[in-house]
Amino acid sequence: MTKEQRLKKRYRAEKRFKMYGLISVSLAVIFVLILVQNIFSKGSSAFSRTMIEVAVNYDSSLLELEGPINQNSLKDADFYDLAVESLLKIYPAKDSKEERQILRLFSPDYEFEIKDFLIKNPNKIDQIVPVKITASDDIDQLNKGNFPRDLPEDRRRVSNYQLNIYDNLIEKEKIDKKFNNYLFTKGDSRDPELAGIGGSLMGSFFTIIICLILSFPIAIMASIYLEEFAPKNKITDFIEININNLAAVPSIVYGLLGLGILLSVMEFPRSTPLVAGITLSLMTLPRIIIPCRASLKAVPPSIREAALSVGASKFQTVFHHVVPLAMPGTLSGTIIGLAQALGETAPLILIGMVAFVVDIPSSPVDPSASLPVQVYLWSEQAERGFVEKTSATIMMLLGFLIVMNFIAVYLRQKFEKKWN
Amino acid sequence: MNSLIAGVILILCLSSYFFGRSEARKLVTQNIKLKALPAYYGYYLSLWCGLPALIIFGCWSLFEPTIIKVLILNNFPQIESKDLFYEQTLSFFNGNFSGEITNEIKAASIKYSSINIIAQNSKIVIIAAALIGSLTFAYRKIQNNNKARDDVEIILKVLLFTSSLVAILTTVGIIVSLLFESLKFFSTINIFEFIFGTSWSPQRAFVRDASAITPEELLELQDAFGSVPLFAGTAFIALIAMCVAVPIGLFSGIYLAEYASTKVRKYSKPIIEILAGIPTVVYGFFAALTVGPFFRTLGESLGLTVSSESALAAGLIMGVMIIPYISSLSDDVINSVPQSLREGSYAVGATKSETIKKVVIPAALPGIIGSILLAVSRAIGETMIVVMAAGLAANLTINPLESTTTITTQIVMILVGDQEFDSPKTQAAFALGLTLFIATLILNYIALRVVKKYREKYD
Repeated sequence: MTKEQRLKKRYRAEKRFKMYGLISVSLAVIFVLILVQNIFSKGSSAFSRTMIEVAVNYDSSLLELEGPINQNSLKDADFYDLAVESLLKIYPAKDSKEERQILRLFSPDYEFEIKDFLIKNPNKIDQIVPVKITASDDIDQLNKGNFPRDLPEDRRRVSNYQLNIYDNLIEKEKIDKKFNNYLFTKGDSRDPELAGIGGSLMGSFFTIIICLILSFPIAIMASIYLEEFAPKNKITDFIEININNLAAVPSIVYGLLGLGILLSVMEFPRSTPLVAGITLSLMTLPRIIIPCRASLKAVPPSIREAALSVGASKFQTVFHHVVPLAMPGTLSGTIIGLAQALGETAPLILIGMVAFVVDIPSSPVDPSASLPVQVYLWSEQAERGFVEKTSATIMMLLGFLIVMNFIAVYLRQKFEKKWN
Repeated sequence: MNSLIAGVILILCLSSYFFGRSEARKLVTQNIKLKALPAYYGYYLSLWCGLPALIIFGCWSLFEPTIIKVLILNNFPQIESKDLFYEQTLSFFNGNFSGEITNEIKAASIKYSSINIIAQNSKIVIIAAALIGSLTFAYRKIQNNNKARDDVEIILKVLLFTSSLVAILTTVGIIVSLLFESLKFFSTINIFEFIFGTSWSPQRAFVRDASAITPEELLELQDAFGSVPLFAGTAFIALIAMCVAVPIGLFSGIYLAEYASTKVRKYSKPIIEILAGIPTVVYGFFAALTVGPFFRTLGESLGLTVSSESALAAGLIMGVMIIPYISSLSDDVINSVPQSLREGSYAVGATKSETIKKVVIPAALPGIIGSILLAVSRAIGETMIVVMAAGLAANLTINPLESTTTITTQIVMILVGDQEFDSPKTQAAFALGLTLFIATLILNYIALRVVKKYREKYD
């Protein structure tokens, strides 16, 4: 091999090597894009809900009302017969089997939606009023185009008869989409069209608040102690080793801690944001202490020396000068730690937050789910409608994480002093 | 009631600050030279007012239910299921009990109400006594013009120290909770059967109560908890993940550190780090619903049978999740290799890639190995991806297209939903947790040591 050939070979190797690096970076970036695109394309349809317009005959004789008609008596009334009678009129049915199929076009809550409409508009009694009723999951998915129509009848969830009704309704322009407020206001449900993340949003909110209240002060105090006051001795070393190791312990171990100590020894209520918050704060604590210490360390010694030289005590130096200067870094570290806690699932599963909770929790000691756990729960469901719900939940979760991280970066860039 | 007491304590704290400060100012008018700023006398009084009362209040609230329970149950030694009986009593007392009301429940409930009143009253008395006592003590001190600032600072320092002890307490809590249940587990199941056994089927451990196991059942249980398939599955999925993450992560790190322009670096580094910020449940969802089925149809078209819960899908996605851990750390490590080493290499005519391969990487190797070890520990402790995308059945295989299970998956599967304590099955989860904890601890410890040694070398 001549000198020139060898040189060429070396340059080719150089190019190849650089190419490998470029390919790796692009692969990582492409993966982020694929993931985000996949979630968004699956989830965006969950923000709308298919409604079917039905002419409801609010016939007061079917309500068996006793006494005067007012909001209270309407609230107690049974609307089932009235609802069924109006719904069955949308299409001719031969027998009870077909009638059942018609009712299955609507979400199981049709009775209450019809009732709520009348309670809001009590003057409509004994009138025939067009009311929009939430469609069932199958019709919803059909209308959103997620449902293959050309399968043989026994392999799809919508029968030919129901398809005929659907096409007929489309022709009469009775089918319509609207913004899916149920997604944000309702709790969990077995029916995808009625399931919402209201409960898990509140659950996550309480969990994060408790986590913040517990971990932020302790983390700041611990890092001030370790960075400013701790003498160099065995105890300090031991604490530092502990913190570094705890930051790398798998999250599921914290779940076992919560289960073994908080639930079984201290008998805290299961499935509640309170236990979740405590467990997650134990997990977040070392992850906040590490950036807090780094930002305290970044404050130059000259600040401390200046304060000490004019007669401030060690505490006054730290609390009046060092801590305020380190605050932006501390806060952004805390927010990033909380963002990690918000996305954490495994420990919450172990402390029982996987319970099926329909009610929206109103306090941290009510059983509830949280956003990531909701993702896990819904992803196990077979119905097609839950896939878009899961993706929408992920979109909400990612949205919160992006906002939190953005605030953290902003705090750091805007307020942190650069010492040179 | 409790919130009322806490509120009263807090209000007293706040007002005693102002009281202490004004008392100190009064001292000034008497021509006494204060030993600290007046505000410190306020802090001093406030701390003395709040801390003892709050500590007593906290301990009391923590232990009161347990003590009352013991006191009541002591009166009913003949009751068999004590916990159930106590729960029934409580719900009867609160008026939401639906079920057969026995005389014992009534008697216990009356007892409960009387003990409760005693407890409430004595709590108030003791807290009030603590408040008055500590306030007079602190007030006397102030009147004597103590060194309020020094005293406040000592109290604060103790507080700071206590909060840094929380880290130790957490470690102790983890070890105690894991060890306690694991020891119970190993008292029924032979520890060597657990570590070396090759069949894992905890659902056979139908026995609810560990103390009621007959010898025949015990014999059958012994080989239901062989965790070798779990260790193998965990290692296998972690290996697949590392096969994805190490080359991509390492090359990204090298490219970002050595080749990329500042502009490329500025945008691509945060994007890669997004991968570390995405919750793992999202990866699990993606692996289970998109990647798994994709591999299965791909396999079908190639004539292969691919499980929809294949180890490949879970490992691949886990690898993607780990990329940023390796790329960021190796980027840092490579950046901290002194420039003089590179320049020396260029000076003798090496190309950039030769410099990287023969000079920079060997110099940065300890740091890179440390980052890979940290990534391995992350991979074996990772839960949600494998729970959602890997299999549930223990399956000793090295075919990446089949499904395998992992330690974390089994912990979740055992503990999800309601579970009885004291069943070998539940305890097995804690034993697995202990194994996981020890394994990750060793990996982290080695990794941190290696990285630290490396840092010291060049700093």
